[in-house]
Amino acid sequence: MIRPHESAIVQALGYLIIPMVQIFGLYVLFFGQYGPGGGFVGGVILGTGMIISVLIFGHGASQSQISKKILHGDGVGMLIYAGVGGLCMIGGGEFLNYANLEIPGLETASRRSLGIVLTQIGVALDVAVTAVSIVFSLSAEEIIEDSING
Amino acid sequence: MIFPYEIPLLLLLLITAAGAILVKDLMSAVLLLGSYSFFLALVWAGLGAVDVAFVEAVVGAGLGTVLFLLTLFGTAPKDTRLKRPPLSATTLVIFPLLGVLLLYAANDLPEFGNPNSPASVHISPTYLEQSYQDTHTMNVVTSVLMDYRSFDTMIETVVIFASGIACALLLRRHP
Repeated sequence: MIRPHESAIVQALGYLIIPMVQIFGLYVLFFGQYGPGGGFVGGVILGTGMIISVLIFGHGASQSQISKKILHGDGVGMLIYAGVGGLCMIGGGEFLNYANLEIPGLETASRRSLGIVLTQIGVALDVAVTAVSIVFSLSAEEIIEDSING
Repeated sequence: MIFPYEIPLLLLLLITAAGAILVKDLMSAVLLLGSYSFFLALVWAGLGAVDVAFVEAVVGAGLGTVLFLLTLFGTAPKDTRLKRPPLSATTLVIFPLLGVLLLYAANDLPEFGNPNSPASVHISPTYLEQSYQDTHTMNVVTSVLMDYRSFDTMIETVVIFASGIACALLLRRHP
């Protein structure tokens, strides 16, 4: 367990920095189609924002059950990515051929653009949750106690 | 073609890489590795590979350093004290030879930016020309990664997922 940081300065900076980091992460994630960025980098930045919040406010900062459960959903991003591929197969095409996504009123190129956005969200979720999960694994209390005792 | 501002960057790369290996303290080695990633990101950006530079700066210098530091905080000082054995004669002979071989082979690489090099005549022109009509995506790197080579990216995502699962299984005793 990571306990909250005592210093008021650090906490105030956390309130200031974390929303900015998260918004920048979302911007990078969705701007990936127009410039540098994309799912992987956006996911890492989103995950870094969550890591900062865990390091500053500790594990028990959020009372909501959703935020506790969602950090254990390592596979959700994978599910979104492969699910888009599966939807393409249901639409009658190859796996991950976004042109076969069945959305009425969209031409082929726009469907592929939509597929890119959806899979990028999947990659970003996967990377962000994995980053936070690795930090939780590394900060498990037993490791630190073991290394001090023996 | 080497631009003049790249030479100091490459020198800094060499210095930080050598420093990360030679320094006695693991904490300094981690920070040197972080600065190494920053310089590498600058080199990528100078070569025009902005996406790669972004990933290098965010993952190598940001997240990687944080994970290394967390690992170091979880270890006792006796684990991080380094004892380096002296180099063996085999190492001193083989690695310079390997370096010379690589330099010799580097002569045959196509020149940087050569339009007739194999990498830029095979399939890259098709991607560059067709990307916008095919996918309505302006960033060709994204359209190649996420559309033309989507299966590769999916397996990479599986790799990241598997690394997270492996860390949790190895490090967390009580789930």
